[in-house]
Amino acid sequence: MTDKNLSRRGLLKAGAATGVALATPTFFTGAARAFTNEPGSSSVTLGFNVPQTGPYADEGADELRAQQLAVEHLNGEGDGGMLNTFSSQVLDGTGILGRRVEYVTGDTQTSSDAARSSARSMIERDGAIMVTGGSSSGVAVAVQALCQEAGIIFMAGLTHSNDTTGKDRKANGFRHFFNSYMSGAALAPVLANAYGTDRNAYYLTADYNWGYTTEQAVREATEAVGWNTVNTVLTPVGAGDFSSYITPVLGSGADTLVLVHYGGDMVNSLTQAVQFGLREAQANGRDFEIIVPLFSRLMASGAGEAIQGIFGSTNWHWSLPDAGSQAFTRSFGEKYGFPPSQAAHTCYVQTLLYADAVTRAGSFNPCAVVEALEGFEFDGLGNGPTLYRAEDHQCFKDVLVVRGKANPDNQFDLLEIVEVTPVEQVTYAPDHPQFAGGNLGTCNPGA
Amino acid sequence: MEAIILQILNGLDKGSAYALIALGLTLIFGTLGVVNFAHGALFMIGAFVAVTLNRIFNLSFTVIDETRTDFLGNPMQVEVPYVEQWFGAETGAAIIDWSVPLAIIVAIPIMALIGIAMERGLIKYFYKRPHADQILVTFGLAIVLQEIVKAFYGANPIPTPAPDAFRGSFDVGQLIGFEPFAIVYPYWRLVYFAFAAIVIGAVFAFLQFTTFGMVVRAGMADRETVGILGIDIDKRFTTMFAIAAIVAGLAGVMYTPILSPNYHMGMDFLVLSFVVVVVGGMGSLGGAVAAGFLLGVLQSFASMSQVIDLIPGINQVIIYLVAIIVLLTRPRGLMGRKGVMEE
Repeated sequence: MTDKNLSRRGLLKAGAATGVALATPTFFTGAARAFTNEPGSSSVTLGFNVPQTGPYADEGADELRAQQLAVEHLNGEGDGGMLNTFSSQVLDGTGILGRRVEYVTGDTQTSSDAARSSARSMIERDGAIMVTGGSSSGVAVAVQALCQEAGIIFMAGLTHSNDTTGKDRKANGFRHFFNSYMSGAALAPVLANAYGTDRNAYYLTADYNWGYTTEQAVREATEAVGWNTVNTVLTPVGAGDFSSYITPVLGSGADTLVLVHYGGDMVNSLTQAVQFGLREAQANGRDFEIIVPLFSRLMASGAGEAIQGIFGSTNWHWSLPDAGSQAFTRSFGEKYGFPPSQAAHTCYVQTLLYADAVTRAGSFNPCAVVEALEGFEFDGLGNGPTLYRAEDHQCFKDVLVVRGKANPDNQFDLLEIVEVTPVEQVTYAPDHPQFAGGNLGTCNPGA
Repeated sequence: MEAIILQILNGLDKGSAYALIALGLTLIFGTLGVVNFAHGALFMIGAFVAVTLNRIFNLSFTVIDETRTDFLGNPMQVEVPYVEQWFGAETGAAIIDWSVPLAIIVAIPIMALIGIAMERGLIKYFYKRPHADQILVTFGLAIVLQEIVKAFYGANPIPTPAPDAFRGSFDVGQLIGFEPFAIVYPYWRLVYFAFAAIVIGAVFAFLQFTTFGMVVRAGMADRETVGILGIDIDKRFTTMFAIAAIVAGLAGVMYTPILSPNYHMGMDFLVLSFVVVVVGGMGSLGGAVAAGFLLGVLQSFASMSQVIDLIPGINQVIIYLVAIIVLLTRPRGLMGRKGVMEE
């Protein structure tokens, strides 16, 4: 203790200052830069935040495959995939604005907290300038808010809840995937056509945000064509055995069961509903029917034969005949040996759309990217002509109504496209009651 | 009335699984004094034995079928299972179809070996340690086993169907004079209930009528005295562990057509099974079985929409509510013996 200059008070002060400096996220301190994580001249880093563990891990693995494929195509490797069919032709396989594309990955674990911390680490430690991925609306909403705060772009992956571009919308967040409202709007006419306009529906709904908005959307859309809602029952996420929720359905006066479940829950509840004879049963003098509002091929393969003949909606399917879908399916199929899922498609497209927006804007600045994406119209990425609506950052495009195929040709041929619902039929006003209360705010470039 | 009968059937089914797992837990706790948090993992491993056997039967070689095309437009590669090649198409298909019941035969030795390995390799070092240490180590083991299964089989549920003969459902109601379709119940769930009854009966008969069982029961009553009498308690401990593992494994094998196996199914059942053990009374085999069925039925009733409308959320807390009431009024559980867990 010979150093007289270092008093106790001074030491405390210095310590406190250092603590504050360390505790402040780096994206708040980099005042020298124009915006958060401005890339150097040789490379740019994207953050792929997907569920690598947990109940949606298989979807996450497929998202990651697609993102890696997108990086290859952006860097001029492989067959170029949808770069060849994309209506905007500014991407030339030399990376993004001449910088080679690199990526880091994170594990969301299908948990909002884990997803936020992995996104934060990708932004702060790895310098990711954009985050994409996810496979749960809870995760998407949480990461979107974090990206807004950090000043980087969030290109949402698989998230279907209305809230992502409804009450929780953010200026820095963009969603290519469709949503609950669109599922309801696309399904209702097809269902009325197939099963009549006087059905009595019983809902089993996953007890979280996505379940609520999807139940509401399908209920309102089917009630508009004349259906009656007999009962809605919330079921715990991950219940496993749904039999005690399914058995009361037959005696309830309902003749239709709507399973608002996703992932493993959907696999179990659907399989069990079939086991309990709902498909062979009769109610109100006609055949009993089951509906799954949000279908995916990965789930369909989990449910096996139980999905045959069951209607649902999906964002995209590899059997779509348009050039973009076929180019992507070929590129993905040749690399991995099986066709891409809708989760893979949306993440691939989102990565391309981000790169394209940066290139058109001529800048990585998030505010320039937001401007380039808002109101952007494009084609050639599947689902026909698509608009990134400026008011809520939601993509508007055709929605697929699918049905479990009765006699599949191969193990991937599980869903058949019943109808491609035109975009006009699923379009709604930005302040539609199911989306009300949201505010995009203004873009945040970070620093 | 129909709804009530249906929920009783549902409860008996769920209760069968709870009772089988709780039975094994009680056997291990009662004889060895070990609180085995890895017991749910044994249930899960049983289910994956069925999955694996199903996969082995489905092992195939590829034949190119020029007349069909795959999703990329290339000639279709058709998979022909080896068993169909070896045993003829019909017998081969039947073997694949019956893979879940056949898995019972394979599961018995496999589960016994896993049980022995677990006991000899790890748990025996923790007999004299406090319960907290046992819980930590077995819980850790459960997580390790769960992660291993996930690494090999992925995170998605894997559908493993019952034989064709048991698919579909049976109109139980018509048999007892109800309207058609009033009480329809899946065949396989009836099979599961019958199977559980047989296994539980066999375990009780084994404990009741064999010398080994007598010693085990004596050990459950007074472990030290049995040891003093010069009985090689170590060997018996290992055997008990193997038996408990077999019971849990078989419960898992037969459960696969009801709930597509996934890597965390063990944990899902374990917590509830522990509640069952506590409600039944730590160390009481009859209590475990009775409480298993009781809680299964109560849980089913609590999931009825009429009940949920009356008391929202009751379906998620009923089990714990019952546990609290039982423990407040009868701290040693419904059929628990004095002294166990009270020292």
